[in-house]
Amino acid sequence: METSTISRRELLKGTGALVVSFSLFGPAARALAQAAAGGGEPEAASLDSWLAIAQDGTVTVFTSKVELGTGTETALAQIVAEELDVPFSRIHMEAGDTSKSVDQAVTAASRTIERAGPQLRQAAAVARRELLRLASERLNTPAEQLTVNDGVISAKGDAARKISYSDLLGDKRFNVKMETSGTGWDLKISPDVPVKNVNDYKIVGTSVKRTDLPGKFTGEFTYAQDVRVPGMLHGRVVRPAVVNSKPLSVDESSIKQIPGVVKVVQEGNFVGVVAQTEWAAIQAAKALKVTWSAPSTSLPATPEELYAYLKNTKSFNDQVTVNKGNAEASLSQTSKKYEATYRWPFQLHGMLAPSCAVADVRGDSVTVWSGTQGPFRTRKSLSDMLRIPEKNIRVIFREESGCYGRLSPDDAPLDAALLSRAVGKPVRVQWTRADEHGWEPKGPAQLITVRAGVDAQGTIVAWDYMERGFPWSESAGNPLLAARQIGMKSVSPGQSNGTAGGGEAYEFENQRIIAALIPWSQDTPTPLRTSNLRAPGDLARTFASETFLDEIAADLRVDPVQFRLRYLKNNKRVTEALVAATEKAQWKEHISHSAPSAGSKAMGRGVSVSGRDGTITAAVAEVEVDKSSGEVSVKRVTLAHDCGLIINPDGLRNQIEGNIIQGVSRTLLEEVRFDAKGVKNLDWVSYPIVTFRRVPDVQIVLLNRKEMPALGGGEPSTVPVPAAIANAVYDAIGIRLREVPITPQKVQASLRSKSPEQRA
Amino acid sequence: MAQITLNVNSKSRMVDVDPTTPLLYVLRDDLELKGPRFGCGLSQCGACTVIIDGNTVRSCSYPVSSAKNKQITTLEGLGTVARPHVLQTAFIEEQAAQCGYCMNGMIMSAKVLLDKNPHPGDDDIKRALEGNLCRCGSHLRVVRAVKRAAGERV
Ligand code: FES
Ligand code: FES
Repeated sequence: METSTISRRELLKGTGALVVSFSLFGPAARALAQAAAGGGEPEAASLDSWLAIAQDGTVTVFTSKVELGTGTETALAQIVAEELDVPFSRIHMEAGDTSKSVDQAVTAASRTIERAGPQLRQAAAVARRELLRLASERLNTPAEQLTVNDGVISAKGDAARKISYSDLLGDKRFNVKMETSGTGWDLKISPDVPVKNVNDYKIVGTSVKRTDLPGKFTGEFTYAQDVRVPGMLHGRVVRPAVVNSKPLSVDESSIKQIPGVVKVVQEGNFVGVVAQTEWAAIQAAKALKVTWSAPSTSLPATPEELYAYLKNTKSFNDQVTVNKGNAEASLSQTSKKYEATYRWPFQLHGMLAPSCAVADVRGDSVTVWSGTQGPFRTRKSLSDMLRIPEKNIRVIFREESGCYGRLSPDDAPLDAALLSRAVGKPVRVQWTRADEHGWEPKGPAQLITVRAGVDAQGTIVAWDYMERGFPWSESAGNPLLAARQIGMKSVSPGQSNGTAGGGEAYEFENQRIIAALIPWSQDTPTPLRTSNLRAPGDLARTFASETFLDEIAADLRVDPVQFRLRYLKNNKRVTEALVAATEKAQWKEHISHSAPSAGSKAMGRGVSVSGRDGTITAAVAEVEVDKSSGEVSVKRVTLAHDCGLIINPDGLRNQIEGNIIQGVSRTLLEEVRFDAKGVKNLDWVSYPIVTFRRVPDVQIVLLNRKEMPALGGGEPSTVPVPAAIANAVYDAIGIRLREVPITPQKVQASLRSKSPEQRA
Repeated sequence: MAQITLNVNSKSRMVDVDPTTPLLYVLRDDLELKGPRFGCGLSQCGACTVIIDGNTVRSCSYPVSSAKNKQITTLEGLGTVARPHVLQTAFIEEQAAQCGYCMNGMIMSAKVLLDKNPHPGDDDIKRALEGNLCRCGSHLRVVRAVKRAAGERV
């Protein structure tokens, strides 16, 4: 159990409260040094906001960056241990508590290692320098003549003259101010303080085992779903078909027979139930009779209408990534032209654990536990909805299942807060599977047309990439689900769905890459909310551009790898990744589908490259297509990965394996179906994902670039997967599938429409 | 409400609950166990798996009243971080998880598999775990971990 009232002051007092999860983190005393600050929010410029050294030698790191299942907490701990010269095992991460950390912005976009890594490293470097200064005074030796080993400072050449970090500063404050600029992702901390040379690294670059895993394998780990608070009740929400539906009637007598129901809560269009037990809440939410209004809409109500809407609706923002030469003019001059259009559907994040949160609203003070990617963002959305100042709200992170962006907009805390406020007690809200599938904000659909012009020598001289997609409705300060239901309106058209990836890795004489944003707002009735889904937009972008390039290579009868290399001349990292992947996969130079197999099953190989925020990936997929059933099986994926300096090689491999497998799933199986009444795939049967039998073998080549900063590894490796598969399918059966998911039905239909000689 | 005596991890526990309550909620809310997890409540994902009398059972869809007089084992019943079961050690060695939310189902299903077939091949393992969903894509590591556990079995 957790208490809802723990504050830093109470930690100091050492209340007798029953606090299981704090004991998981070791003695609360570890937080003492920071807590001794007393009141106030941690300030970025104060070293004590980031690090505390305890009597027992433990180093506590305070951060608002959270573990989402990707191993970042372990990697960040490695960075601090390295810079501070303490054993990894002494680092204790205290993550995602708004009352104990500085706002480093949401944990997202594979930016944690890249941005928060240097923030923590610089703080550690400042701490090390300060500890050396203190030791220099105590040992009466100039700092330059001191050395640090495992948290013990000693005089060079006289190891007997030594003092440990904990003897110097155990349970005490540093009282050191640092230089800072910027905020969130862009926060810079004392950038001029010298740091270790990469070549001296002993902890960074090694496959330290994840600290969170053992407890997850034994049931000792506390997920947000496991948080229990004294006096806590159980809540469930009852959702309509679309966010703007109004409950025309709520028939409380329909749940009279269920024992343990505490209250039916209705506030604006928000309806929920609170009960003494979870089972009572589940039954009540299911049985409660609510009649909802059915607002009419101008947004597409079926997948068929979707792509037409994308095509025909005026964009409100054309984001230009590249505009070099004159693509339009060049296209009109070249004799050989290519054009193809690609479709990417709405897809789910599909967290294995549906959203969950506990909220305790008491008057104007609020405590919330959830798996939010952005504790401060969640605090802001609670503050906006409840009209309670942020300083009175404490958000405490507890991990949920992997969320792949879904908990950037974290809905459940708002539901729990409305219900808690209505009953004056802490309330736990657990979304159902149908709630999650139906109401999670989806990865938006995209419609992409690429055109190219080829000159007489067979060189691409014009490249014109035009994407039409949706922004994230659940972003840029827009209200979340519960907040909308009590009447709050959009404040912005939403943030874009990323911008990179339409072939900008290549050098073409004339090149234009544009992503147009088509309006998509929850102010217009629709069951589909939108937000960032792993590697936002880039799977579709790379699917379109890398498939298109492959189509041209095949038509010009050039090996697809050689064809790419021609246009990567000045792009050393992409070239090296592509070469590494194809070597590992033992790629044999060939023209795609030039030697099709005659049997009922055909094998094929396809290649694809991508870049995302500086991280480079190249993939080779090997597939087998069953010509009669249309079934595509991905046999093996080989992927080369370059994210600069590698912090934890096994952690990175783990992430890449997962990205490849999820990429296969999204390519072959996943599509949200919907109509005006809501999302139709509300469970795992109607929205299948990859299972063991479909999981390919995976080969990974890690390219470690010690001379570079560490970049993101969270999501880039999922990006090249769809195009590599689609290109392999073409290699196998000579068919271009330009719409994901690549289902047996689509493969069969295309095979049937091929002429007999093409079918060879 | 009814008083029901359950045998969980070799201990007898009495609960006072609506007998139609799925076992999962009794284990989690009344007995405060964290091993079995809620993922779907529909028998579709495996996150809630427990072992009852030697077989895997999806506790989200199994009324507590049916568990009377039966031996229930949860993830906690296998081992602890301090004293892990051979399967748990193998999962740690292989770092076989990302978020780990699905791993209760993976480990419990693997336990039943190994009890019945101590030396499974890759395909046996995949077949036995096919009904357990993992959204993070830890499948390859899970197969390796189960194989490692089988190899180390005494
Ligand atoms: S929660 Fe029981 S199978 Fe998913
Ligand atoms: S490890 Fe996250 S769902 Fe399996």
